[in-house]
Amino acid sequence: MKIEPKISEDILLDEVTSKEYEYGFTTNIESEKIEKGLNEDVIKFISKKKNEPDWMLDFRLEAFKVWKEMEEPDWANINYPKPDYQDIVYYCAPKQKKKLNSLDDLDPEMKRTFDRLGISIDEQKRLANVAVDIVMDSVSVATSFKEKLAELGIIFCPISEAIQKHPELVKKYIGTVIPVRDNFFSALNSAVFSDGSFCYIPKGTECPMELSTYFRINEAGTGQFERTLVIAEEGSYVSYLEGCTAPMRDENQLHAAVVELVALDSAEIKYSTVQNWYPGDKNGKGGVFNFVTKRGICHDNAKISWTQVETGSAVTWKYPSCVLKGKNSIGEFFSVAVTNNFQQADTGTKMIHLGENSKSTIIAKGICAGKSNGSYRGLVKIAKGAKNSRNFSQCDSLLMGDKCGSHTFPYIEVDNKSSQVEHEATTSKIGEDQIFYCNQRGIGTEEAVALIVNGYCKEVLNKLPMEFAVEAKKLLEISLEGSVG
Amino acid sequence: MLEIKNLKAQIEDKTILNGVNLKVNKGEVHAIMGPNGSGKSTLSSVIAGNEDYEVSSGSITYEGDDLLEMAPEERSHRGLFLSFQYPVEIPGLSVSNFIKTAINEKRKAFGQENINAKELLQLFKEKCELLNIDKEYLSRSLNEGFSGGEKKRNEIFQMAMMEPKLSILDETDSGLDIDALKIVANGVNSLKSSSNSIILITHYQRLLNYIVPDFVHILKDGKIVMSGDKSLAQKLEKEGYSFLN
Ligand SMILES: Nc1ncnc2c1ncn2[C@@H]1O[C@H](COP(=O)(O)OP(=O)(O)OP(=O)(O)O)[C@@H](O)[C@H]1O
Ligand SMILES: [Mg+2]
Repeated sequence: MKIEPKISEDILLDEVTSKEYEYGFTTNIESEKIEKGLNEDVIKFISKKKNEPDWMLDFRLEAFKVWKEMEEPDWANINYPKPDYQDIVYYCAPKQKKKLNSLDDLDPEMKRTFDRLGISIDEQKRLANVAVDIVMDSVSVATSFKEKLAELGIIFCPISEAIQKHPELVKKYIGTVIPVRDNFFSALNSAVFSDGSFCYIPKGTECPMELSTYFRINEAGTGQFERTLVIAEEGSYVSYLEGCTAPMRDENQLHAAVVELVALDSAEIKYSTVQNWYPGDKNGKGGVFNFVTKRGICHDNAKISWTQVETGSAVTWKYPSCVLKGKNSIGEFFSVAVTNNFQQADTGTKMIHLGENSKSTIIAKGICAGKSNGSYRGLVKIAKGAKNSRNFSQCDSLLMGDKCGSHTFPYIEVDNKSSQVEHEATTSKIGEDQIFYCNQRGIGTEEAVALIVNGYCKEVLNKLPMEFAVEAKKLLEISLEGSVG
Repeated sequence: MLEIKNLKAQIEDKTILNGVNLKVNKGEVHAIMGPNGSGKSTLSSVIAGNEDYEVSSGSITYEGDDLLEMAPEERSHRGLFLSFQYPVEIPGLSVSNFIKTAINEKRKAFGQENINAKELLQLFKEKCELLNIDKEYLSRSLNEGFSGGEKKRNEIFQMAMMEPKLSILDETDSGLDIDALKIVANGVNSLKSSSNSIILITHYQRLLNYIVPDFVHILKDGKIVMSGDKSLAQKLEKEGYSFLN
């Protein structure tokens, strides 16, 4: 049962939202955190807190060693003050009296947080059949629907729990798609990750509901380093959603996640993200630094689709990628990246074709407003053995005003003659004539911009499951508030 | 309904409207003709509230209120509709969503609830029939890839959906084939009533055979230089604008 995405425009129209950053509140939940700074003892502490087996601690310590020798990359088209990695708290958990079995046992204060996030969990459970895992600061607080999924052999739980209960699976796959030394941030994450989600779909099983994780940074001065691992066995299917928010804070907060997807033969993984980390204020103060490594590997006939709507973060550095290892494998990347005010984003994808007849599609839509800077950076590599492979890339940018900038950096490497790569790029501006046309029909400028932007992003929004599409549209509207006229 | 007095408007220091006077009462149909570049579209833009044009003097009152004080969307909410000479394209925005938004924004302005889906569908169905439009086209992107004639018909479709009090049709007839012209003219006629008014901007007598005007005005060099009844249009058709000299 695949859930076909559909956008109900009515739902959106009914929601007249305030245009501030809606999620900028903090939650008064007591939390337990350690001193700032990073050293072996901190890593040992985290590992002990989680009751981890030795192999996991060794993995972390090895990663820490690797990380210490690496340098923070600065080749991306972004500028930011490098975080002081000794000034960050690496472990922070909301204090809980007892272990939770269901969402109903959730701390009422935390429950309110989720309500304010617009995640009406009960609603989602009932209507959308979404199983939710929520990672607040560093710890996964509740996973819903676990039993129902378990009947099908599907495992959906915090990764910390998976390390305890399914060590053979975690051990087999963690770090295989994104090796520890892949980059500076993946190494850091491997050393200090505190939680995240784990998902395993057994052979031939189509996961009957959307699996969803919400990430929220709450505490000041904490970094969030979550780790997600999704494994789809032969012939299985899963659609996975990820949502992110953070409160408004004057200082920058660091988010460095690692997401690994494994699609075994003929499996399909759809991974959708609506990212709304706090972008900083109008003057560029505060905001989340979002340095994320996401990659999936496709075996024979497998398919991975990344769909993302990115409106948040002060600085984003992110390239969800596919390694198309198997023959006839398919990789897709559909993205909308919005930057406003002083936001900077350097995002894109990498499609690495290794298998014969592999195909990839890239649709990247950038929207730049204010004094922001958006870059698309995409690599399409077709290896010698990937005969008859194809890629189609389309990178569009929409500019609002003349103080923002957009850049496209396509890197294309094709090592055989039977493959085809197509690249299209456009840059456009929201026309005053378009806005006036809407005005004449009684539609105010803000609403007009939202309509035009949603129209521009339609191909991508249509790929999102419905509830997410509605949220994404709302976010687009909020994040572009006041950018024209 | 509408009263324009000594209206002067300019763009980047270039005067385009140079003292326009025009009074349109409820239920009347006025035709405005005039050579290319004489300022017809500028006049309609100024009435609709396009801020590219600066009004340097004169006034426009609409239902007794100062129209120039109102934002373009407010003018629309108050029942003013402009069928554009060159309708713009908005990729990815469906015709139906656009019209629904327009209708609901107007309702919102009057403190009303959004239109319900059933009512809207009924309205779409009715107006599609009126203008002989395939319903499939409602889900197409607004004006994107529409032929010239389709764009014009779409404008009148929107007019039919919005039920305005004062409609300005800027060369809606240009680009329509003969059959389409009849359909559109019939559509406009059926929307006409004793309580709404129409300003037709056209170059051709042909349209006026179908939508018969009460008055015909000739705009030249930013001024109305002659007014008359429908026979003025016939005279123009025969003799061209040279008789004005
Ligand atoms: N945005 C603009 N910038 C500069 N000049 C303009 C602008 N808009 C209109 N004009 C000029 O104003 C004059 C009147 O133009 P307008 O479009 O109102 O004419 P019109 O009577 O509608 O002509 P047509 O019959 O060709 O549609 C023309 O000379 C035109 O070039
Ligand atoms: Mg004109």
